[in-house]
Amino acid sequence: MTRVNLVLLAVLVACALATVTSNHQARKLFMELERARAEQKRIDVEWGQLQLEQSTWAKHALIEGIATRSLAMRAPDARRLQFVNPAPAPAAAPPRQEVAK
Amino acid sequence: MMISAPSPLLQLRLPLWRSRMMLAIVFIGFGALAVRAAYLQVWHNDFLQQKGESRYSRTIEISAHRGKITDRNGEILASSTPVRSIWAIPDDVDRSVEKRRELARLLDMPLAELEKKLADEDREFVYLKRQLPPEQADRVAQLRMSGIFQQREYRRYYPAGEVAAHVLGFTGIDETGQEGIELAFQAELAGHAGSRQVIKDRRGNVIEDVASVRVPRDGRDLALSIDSKIQYLAYRELKNAVETHRAKAGGIVVMDVITGEVLALANLPVFNPNNRAHLTGAQLRNRVLTDTFEPGSTMKPFTVALAMELGMVKPTSMVQTAPGKLTIGSATISDAHPHGALSVTEVIQKSSNVGTAKLALAIDRQDMWDMLNRAGFGVVPRVQFPGAVAGRLRPSKGWRPIEQATMSYGYGLSASLLQLARAYTVFGRDGDVIDATFVKAAGPAFGSQVVHPEVAYAMRQMLELAAGPGGTAPRAQTMGYRVAGKTGTAHKQEGKGYAERKYRASFVGFAPVSAPRLVVAVMIDEPSAGRYFGGDVAAPVFSTVVGGALRILGVAPDAPMRPVVLPAEGAGVEESI
Repeated sequence: MTRVNLVLLAVLVACALATVTSNHQARKLFMELERARAEQKRIDVEWGQLQLEQSTWAKHALIEGIATRSLAMRAPDARRLQFVNPAPAPAAAPPRQEVAK
Repeated sequence: MMISAPSPLLQLRLPLWRSRMMLAIVFIGFGALAVRAAYLQVWHNDFLQQKGESRYSRTIEISAHRGKITDRNGEILASSTPVRSIWAIPDDVDRSVEKRRELARLLDMPLAELEKKLADEDREFVYLKRQLPPEQADRVAQLRMSGIFQQREYRRYYPAGEVAAHVLGFTGIDETGQEGIELAFQAELAGHAGSRQVIKDRRGNVIEDVASVRVPRDGRDLALSIDSKIQYLAYRELKNAVETHRAKAGGIVVMDVITGEVLALANLPVFNPNNRAHLTGAQLRNRVLTDTFEPGSTMKPFTVALAMELGMVKPTSMVQTAPGKLTIGSATISDAHPHGALSVTEVIQKSSNVGTAKLALAIDRQDMWDMLNRAGFGVVPRVQFPGAVAGRLRPSKGWRPIEQATMSYGYGLSASLLQLARAYTVFGRDGDVIDATFVKAAGPAFGSQVVHPEVAYAMRQMLELAAGPGGTAPRAQTMGYRVAGKTGTAHKQEGKGYAERKYRASFVGFAPVSAPRLVVAVMIDEPSAGRYFGGDVAAPVFSTVVGGALRILGVAPDAPMRPVVLPAEGAGVEESI
């Protein structure tokens, strides 16, 4: 009878210690989760800021200004435009030929 | 060994009841404690529980993020980012002058202004500066001044600036929508803040979630129908036109004929949504939706379409417009340039007031009212946007013949530019009209029929001629696409009459004619640099915008790629007012 009691006591102590450890583990993991969540939020905010920055740099007015003023670019006029038929019939396409010059 | 004599006290014989009573008192004392403990912990445990929890549990506020607004291709048009506001308890603020000077420098304000804000020492809360970028706020925090605190907030940025200002509107300092889309979709964009209860350890780390008191919901992101490339193109061209013609104001709207989506909407004068320090009412006004005006000749196609719908005329039927004047009762209406007998097509092409009025006078006034009403005149457009107005279309019972005649060419009724654009979908589609939407649409819109499809097709032909070399708006032509549309040049109403030299030039049209995709409506208010006809002022804007927008959308050209041939300066174009 005494032996059984001792074994049960040992099991009880082991269980208690296991509960304490797992609780501690849970708290540690939870803290990690919290940290990860905060990080996610921070990265989200940064992403939003980067998106804003991208849109600000990609402003059409800015690009147009740089293209026309600094790079002296302009839209080609009608005489220089050639439209390619979007869906040419395969047979009508001329065979490719490499022309050496 | 000495045996001590027993104490006489111990020898004393006491009655038994005394020890019994002591025992009873001790037990009663224990009993009272037990009852009290049970009372505190079992029956009435709120107080202790609360005290205990307040030692370790905290309620954390979780702020909700306002949703982003993007254009149809996902480009950011409005987005919130965290900023910090600096506030102070004046009485507690560090008194050293050097620190205060440093703080004033970091806050970009003169020391005197800072001192003024901190002067009232009875106040418990003073904002020193709101919405500071986080880096700047960090530098303020590094000063470690007492009595200075920071508060996290969000601020909304609009990277497109004034280009899309009127579409988006803006939010107030507390992030509630005040104008435009921000106001119309406030509920969806805002979301709501939440809170949760947690257990914190000694170091302030959250170690356990107890309960979620209120689940936070971030605002929903919103994809608009706007295409930012087309929006920029429309804004730029409108701005050019308003500046070139020294106009007071202007508006433009680009609408997809198939889905009803508004691809671009711009107004001038405009404001910068990121810096709204000096706003005037004129800048805020979204003229496309909230200003109504007498549309003038842009109304003529509706009269002619109705005459055809009722089977009264065909495009080839002749109408006598000589001698260019028509007297109804005591009033006379006239054409700016007299013509002889015109076919119905030519009435539109040459924009003859007399011809249109003659057609209108043969129409029953109730029929005319019905048709205009179905096309959306005098009705608030069904659009999710604040401030859209109905315009004016009086009940037909009160119409006198002269009024019916002037209404046929766009006087005596009023409409907003959006209503006009929407009404022109009748000709761009198969005779049905669709509602405009500012939100990206999933598929084609379903319209309500106004005229028969055959009538709409015939009108397309006429309107193409009106925007062609022999019409009133050859400058509306664009390279690669067949365009159709109608000019309008209206005297502005002032007080009770019409202003002599104040005009409103407009052009409403659609392209490509073979399979219409876009309706573009342009309005220029009081052009005062000499030219004021819709064909000279508004049509070139239409031409550039519609051509550019169709190329951006990748619509296949339906006309040869040749430069547009324009008539010589001042020759050939005859437009009526």
